[in-house]
Amino acid sequence: MIIQTIKQSLVELFPPVEAAPAPVAEETAEDEGAKKAPAKAEPRVNGVITCDYNATGYHLDAQVDPDQLLDAVSRIDAAGFFIESITGVDWLKENQLEVVYDFARYDFDLCRVVIRTRVDRAISEVPTITGIYSGANWHERETHDFFGIKFTGHPHLVPLLLPEDADFHPLLKDFKA
Amino acid sequence: MSLTLINVLFAVVAAIGFAALNAAYLVWCERKGAGFFQRRPGPMENGPWGLLQPPVDGIKLMTKQLVIPGGVDKALFMVAPVLAMFPAIMSFVTIPFSENIVAQNMNIGVLMIFAFASMGSMAILFAGWGSRNKYALMSSVRGVSQAIAYEVPMLITVITIVMITGSMDLRAIALDQSGGFWQWNILALTKSPLMPVSFLIFFVCTLAETNRAPFDLGEAESELVAGFHTEYSSMGFGLFFMGEYANIVIGSCLTTLLFLGGWGCPFGLFPGVWWFLLKIYLLIFTFIWIRWTFPRTTIYGLLNLSWKILIPFSLFNLLLTAGLLKVF
Amino acid sequence: MSDPIQLRSDETFTLNVGPQHPATHGVLRVKMEMDGEYIFSAETVLGYIHRMHEKMGENRTYAQYLPNLGRLDYLSAMAYNHGYVLAVEKAASIEVPERAEYIRVLTVELNRISSHLVWFGAFIMDLGGFTPLMYAFDDREAILDILEAVTGSRLTYCYHRFGGVYNDVDDDFIEGTKAFIPRMRKALKTYEDLVTKNIILMKRLKGIGPVSAEMCRKYGATGPVARASGINFDVRKNEPYSLYNEFDFDVPVYNECDSYARYMVRMEEMEQSLRIIEQALAKMPEGPIMPKKKPKIIKPPAGDYYQAVEAARGSFGIRIVSDGGKNAYRLKLRSPTYSNMHLFDEACRGMLIADALAFMGSIDLVIPEMDR
Repeated sequence: MIIQTIKQSLVELFPPVEAAPAPVAEETAEDEGAKKAPAKAEPRVNGVITCDYNATGYHLDAQVDPDQLLDAVSRIDAAGFFIESITGVDWLKENQLEVVYDFARYDFDLCRVVIRTRVDRAISEVPTITGIYSGANWHERETHDFFGIKFTGHPHLVPLLLPEDADFHPLLKDFKA
Repeated sequence: MSLTLINVLFAVVAAIGFAALNAAYLVWCERKGAGFFQRRPGPMENGPWGLLQPPVDGIKLMTKQLVIPGGVDKALFMVAPVLAMFPAIMSFVTIPFSENIVAQNMNIGVLMIFAFASMGSMAILFAGWGSRNKYALMSSVRGVSQAIAYEVPMLITVITIVMITGSMDLRAIALDQSGGFWQWNILALTKSPLMPVSFLIFFVCTLAETNRAPFDLGEAESELVAGFHTEYSSMGFGLFFMGEYANIVIGSCLTTLLFLGGWGCPFGLFPGVWWFLLKIYLLIFTFIWIRWTFPRTTIYGLLNLSWKILIPFSLFNLLLTAGLLKVF
Repeated sequence: MSDPIQLRSDETFTLNVGPQHPATHGVLRVKMEMDGEYIFSAETVLGYIHRMHEKMGENRTYAQYLPNLGRLDYLSAMAYNHGYVLAVEKAASIEVPERAEYIRVLTVELNRISSHLVWFGAFIMDLGGFTPLMYAFDDREAILDILEAVTGSRLTYCYHRFGGVYNDVDDDFIEGTKAFIPRMRKALKTYEDLVTKNIILMKRLKGIGPVSAEMCRKYGATGPVARASGINFDVRKNEPYSLYNEFDFDVPVYNECDSYARYMVRMEEMEQSLRIIEQALAKMPEGPIMPKKKPKIIKPPAGDYYQAVEAARGSFGIRIVSDGGKNAYRLKLRSPTYSNMHLFDEACRGMLIADALAFMGSIDLVIPEMDR
């Protein structure tokens, strides 16, 4: 039953996002999961993947362009998801920063959605989603603290967990204390 | 003349001694009481059952540095603690402990005590205003509005008693109730059937006037840190602390005198000072009991209680008593 | 009591509640713009005890990171232990013997009760009632003694291991827990008589601190805060992990959205935890507490793993990004109070300071968990 719900959510939520990106939107419903992690050599192409929940802990994994982010998150919002967290990952070898958005549901249609977006380490600008989820405020500030990702349009992008005058980003892989 | 002077001096010293001793040992009682209600022993280290705790606390407070923070209004800051303690001691002068044990009986004793009690709120105001601390300021604003709100029903209730007795002399009021518990003002149903309610109103007002829980909004520590005495250290704090307990004793004394027959025995036998002491300590125990049982109200809940419930009730009782006195 | 009054922005003063303030239960600061006793706006400032646990996760091996979990939410450390070992077990595909899973559930639920007891005492103390704290700590002491005997620590537990638990429970634990259940039921009755039905408490909590379901969703509030807003969300039910779908327990949900509802949810959760403990004790099988075969060095295959558990304060999530090495490539801790407290800034506008601090208490803050 849950799997049906996932499929349904997938159909409901993602066709527009799938259709939007210019690169090949691949939809691989691979069951053993754990393969979708970006290979070291080449970054993953944008698109939606159904994941094996038992192996990874979430059902849907969508990678979008920063430009598509607001659109994707609005769709998640419209479907009644709540925001779990926002975080970053520093892919130093690929010279990219990834911002990861986690969403889940309050009802019993268990479905965890991950939205990722990747930016160049040098530029690292992502639009803010505080307009859609007010709760993204602290999460984005935290991600800015740790990775130096600039969330354009954020109302109050000052250090949250780090000291007020912090100019370092400790979770970057090339950070030396 | 000189004999009177010596008498007065002796009385004042006795009053100060009684107030200070009571304040010190009431802290011990409070801590023991708190321990009793909270299933723990309370102070046990100094002396048997921790009985030496109050002197030790006193020495600690006195030997600590009196910190005067920068930017405070020094005059107000220094005057406030004295003002907290002084009216409490002065009130003891006119309180009769039994028919003969009274420092200086006055025919306007009730009036005098309430005049001094009003000065207590000045201490809170001065301390809050002079401390240059926002918490203290908010606390003093609360304290003053609370004092005003509760003095009104309290005084109306007292006027009822004064009307019944026809005297403002505390000794006369107490003597009027002698003879047994059915003569006490709390049960003077023939004079006004609402007398027990009056007693409750007076008791609640006493709680509020002495800033005791659940009306301790002035020093609501989870909101305003320590309220008006946030910035006080050493004996400055000590005086506020002692003043609070001295006020509790006075509140209990007044309740006893006005409603519970003063030094009279419940069955009309052996009236004396021990009955008076027994009654006030029972009342004080009730104070402690309430404090360790109830959570605190909010300032608006407190003001609503006074203006919307207590004052109309006490006014009604006043009118009823006046009418009954006129008719019978 | 919070009448809609018109607040003026030109007559405010700033009140710094914290970093050292009795109501914040730790080093948290709320910068409040006050109009008299009313809050015009508030800004929460956190990070005073930020320790960068996520960086530590990258610098240490998976096993070395275990003790850190007890230092996040020091009141319900066991649930954090549980979440972390579940995440790593999922990533590294480690099987867990059934008995170990039962022991985990037992300890987590005991710890949940002890955490709620601390909240109960501290919350009533926020409201100015001192005595319930002592009662709650007395009962909590019994739990701590039980857990100390088997885990070796009283607060910052590090008991769960990859594949099982550190130490098998003995008869003392079983007997102690069995004896504890009736004691706690009696205590809950006392709390109900002493506190729950108190008129002052009701007046102070009912209708205070409204948090709508929509607000919960936008801020990602979970746990009792969400359940008091009519959201039937409990990770143990919605996303059954460990053995939770084998137990019969209810999720208390209230629709009032106020502080009193949050209070009631937590009080009832204690009873539900007792039910789980009772069933777990009855069902617990004999057997090993660690799997026979377990990799010595944990090296999960490259990938991205997420695990959520229901901690005492809400949904605790942990994301492990592995590159196949001994250390996690990235380890994200999603702590519940972080999201729950976030809505305070918006929700407390126009409240009295006394009500706002009661509201803050009803969110149940553990600052180390927010600051990580």
